[in-house]
Amino acid sequence: MESMGKISPSTLSISDLPWQILWNKEACTLCGRCTAVCPVRAIELGVHRKRVVQTLIGLTEKPGNVFTVYHGVDQRTDPAHACIGCGMCDLVCPNAAIRPIRSTDVDKLRFHVNQGGVPRRRGGRRNDPRSVLDEIKFIRISMLTDPALDAGRHDFELRTLLGRILPAEDMVKTTSENGWTPPVREIYPLIIGGMSFGALSPNMWEGLQMGVAYLNEEKGMPVRICTGEGGCPPRLLRSRFLKYVILQIASGYFGWDEIIHALPEMKEDPCAIEIKYGQGAKPGDGGLLMWYKVNRLIAAIRGVPQGISLPSPPTHQTLYSIEESVAKMIQSVSMAWGFRVPVYPKISATSTTLAVLNNLTRNPYASGLAIDGEDGGTGAAYNVSMNHMGHPIASNIRDAYLNLVKIGKQNEIPIFAGGGIGKNGNLAANAAALIMLGASGVQIGKYIMQAAAGCLGSENDRCNVCNIGLCPKGITSQDARLYRRLDPEQVAERVVDVYLSFDQEFKKIMAPLGRSTSLPIGMSDALGIADGDAAARLQIRHVL
Amino acid sequence: MCRLFAITSKEPLSPMAAIHALNVMKEGHDGSGVGLFLTDLGGSFERFKGAPILSGIFSNEGIRALDRYMLDLDFMVKYKLSIRPAKTPPPGTPKRDNYLVRVYDYPPDWQSLSKEEIEYRLMLTRLKLRQMGEQDGSMIVFSFWPDVIMLKEVGDPLVLAEYLGLDNEEFQARIILAQGRQNTNYAIDIYACHPFFIQGYSTMTNGENTAFVPIREYLASRNYAGYVGYQSDSEVFTHILHFAQQKLGMGLDMYKHLLTPLKDEELQRHPHGERLRAVKHACRPLIIDGPNCVIGCLPDRTLFMVQDSKKLRPGIVGGTSGMFAFSSEMCGLDAAIPARNKSEDFQPMKYDTVMVPPHRQEVVRWNQWER
Repeated sequence: MESMGKISPSTLSISDLPWQILWNKEACTLCGRCTAVCPVRAIELGVHRKRVVQTLIGLTEKPGNVFTVYHGVDQRTDPAHACIGCGMCDLVCPNAAIRPIRSTDVDKLRFHVNQGGVPRRRGGRRNDPRSVLDEIKFIRISMLTDPALDAGRHDFELRTLLGRILPAEDMVKTTSENGWTPPVREIYPLIIGGMSFGALSPNMWEGLQMGVAYLNEEKGMPVRICTGEGGCPPRLLRSRFLKYVILQIASGYFGWDEIIHALPEMKEDPCAIEIKYGQGAKPGDGGLLMWYKVNRLIAAIRGVPQGISLPSPPTHQTLYSIEESVAKMIQSVSMAWGFRVPVYPKISATSTTLAVLNNLTRNPYASGLAIDGEDGGTGAAYNVSMNHMGHPIASNIRDAYLNLVKIGKQNEIPIFAGGGIGKNGNLAANAAALIMLGASGVQIGKYIMQAAAGCLGSENDRCNVCNIGLCPKGITSQDARLYRRLDPEQVAERVVDVYLSFDQEFKKIMAPLGRSTSLPIGMSDALGIADGDAAARLQIRHVL
Repeated sequence: MCRLFAITSKEPLSPMAAIHALNVMKEGHDGSGVGLFLTDLGGSFERFKGAPILSGIFSNEGIRALDRYMLDLDFMVKYKLSIRPAKTPPPGTPKRDNYLVRVYDYPPDWQSLSKEEIEYRLMLTRLKLRQMGEQDGSMIVFSFWPDVIMLKEVGDPLVLAEYLGLDNEEFQARIILAQGRQNTNYAIDIYACHPFFIQGYSTMTNGENTAFVPIREYLASRNYAGYVGYQSDSEVFTHILHFAQQKLGMGLDMYKHLLTPLKDEELQRHPHGERLRAVKHACRPLIIDGPNCVIGCLPDRTLFMVQDSKKLRPGIVGGTSGMFAFSSEMCGLDAAIPARNKSEDFQPMKYDTVMVPPHRQEVVRWNQWER
């Protein structure tokens, strides 16, 4: 009997893997495109010997064997080359002869993706498709007593404010005395959240920026995009388009040398500065750009050597208490732009959000608070952080808003929500729900990657290899062979499509609610949910 | 849709003038409530100009509690008007013990207080009485203010007026606000009946304020005792007016800018765009929505009307020197002031504020582009 060879504890069969390649020998042309495109080399050319027993009619000749060889596709089973389900093989196959199938059983791979004692790291999102936001319904429909508006023909004010708003009494005094008013931006309530130059490929970044510029300049929609932690290309810093950009400063301070040096040459102030203290996908963990993606360009912009991993510390370095540090940092950054630019922190949603918020309410320079929920995405993080760490966004935003209402500052510090908005495709509905729970606007990341660039990731652990620079769509890769698959012009077009359709859908929500004059921030009477506990927790109506 | 009627006249009028106007517009209200606000009083109340008048509905037990409470505060009853309704109320109207209108003398120790403090204490007293009666319904208090009488009840305006004997010659006022209510979203609650009142400001609204909840949250979090109630989404219009004038020191010209600010691109073209933008930002939670026509009266006896920005509710102003009326329907205006130059009638549009100043000489109007 032939030896089975050596098996180790981590030897897996195809059945043990989460994704199994279904290959049709009859349809396959052996063109090799699938094996060439597979980002993790999960499939390879297989040369197979096949025995056919030949039994001829009659008894004159003894039955014999015919050995043939056929070529096909083999699925590799070692953890490093396990199929990620991206489906690129299917995409390129001319005959639809191959595709990955999700195993119905719990895979065994998950017990072995820690070879060498290194826990699994990946990009993507929390592997859980559930969403409370999807369950929220808009129930206050204007009927006879208050005719619904016409989403197509009426004017709708879809603007929000980013910046510290003075209390009404102070505003009157300041205006009459020509005093200093904190900077405020009137922006579109759907913001493209922080995804760094480095995490994203140059083509993706360029496409997003072009789309945002088009929306502003041609469509009159004041859409803003955040850079993430990784600096900003020098030409953009010195261009008039900088006003559409929120510059992010995070604990690694990557790219800020370049930004500070560009200050005297800036033609426009940036929209705002976001100080990242945390993100929803990996709360309490700093940013991470793995070495695969730190090429010459990225290294130059970030001011680091090439080819090394760039883990940002979990928090900003500080000699004092964190409260003082936050206050000082907000003040210093405000000062760098002559107090003309709003500066606000971004934190992971947490049960301690209110402590942060209360602190900010006492800081006259804090321009807002961005809160990123557990469903936020990331380019690279530990699997355990993504799947298990963090606070859902809905109740966190609601608590924050109601806390502001309690102290009467709901109009003074805008709260922005992020994390899982549109995770199941319901972008406008999720955004509207969060706004009516009290958010002044929302930040999106994964949604725009999926809708504008065709990101393949899903909450069922599909693809999610953003961290190692192998993005098969070229969205999160720094390898020119991959990112040339992405045409920046087409990305820009899709960004515009997304915003225009969002705008229409949002109006289709606002119009029946009888709202058009202002964004319905905190309009909680419009919301209902079938889950009684969720209704009680969010202080919205329980409907069945 | 409710029906609204307001009139300002050099000569005192009976509230029946407003009731008749409401009656002409009858098909628009369903008898779920009628509310009256009378100020610049004539009749028996003319001589008590500075003394606070308490208006409300009291059970017999409520009156006893009221007397005890007011006596403790050292208020003295100076004059009272007894309304003795017929024994059987009209269909739909609850049987009440007492409709009360009482003029009080201030407590002696209030004499040294500032005007603001006195006004604040009057408001607190009204709220306290309201709170005391809320549990058992023994006291329903509408106003406690000099030169102001208010009356609210469930029922058809004309039938109620006859039932309560509002043609009594003691009831005379130069300014009357009246609402015939069409109950919509909320339960029939007498406190939900317009006009609403706070410290001399009164407004009534035809419409539905879809931005009610955030506005209520904002007002209620101003840390001001008077911003309570909100049995109706329209009560916020009165409080926004009070907030704008008393807390922000703004004039009536800014009221419309608070309710429905100009759009961002409009502000860019406005001569005072920067200032208005600052107001829009700082007062963002006060922006109303939905169709609304607001008619109100200021403490200085200016009568005004504004519309929401989509103009989905009717409203018309007209009259002659010395007498002007604001009405939700033209037929109401015709009934009240038939002999007027109709070509000068004015229906405010989405940018307009229209007002009749205390001298009652003319209708003054301006729009958001001018101020």
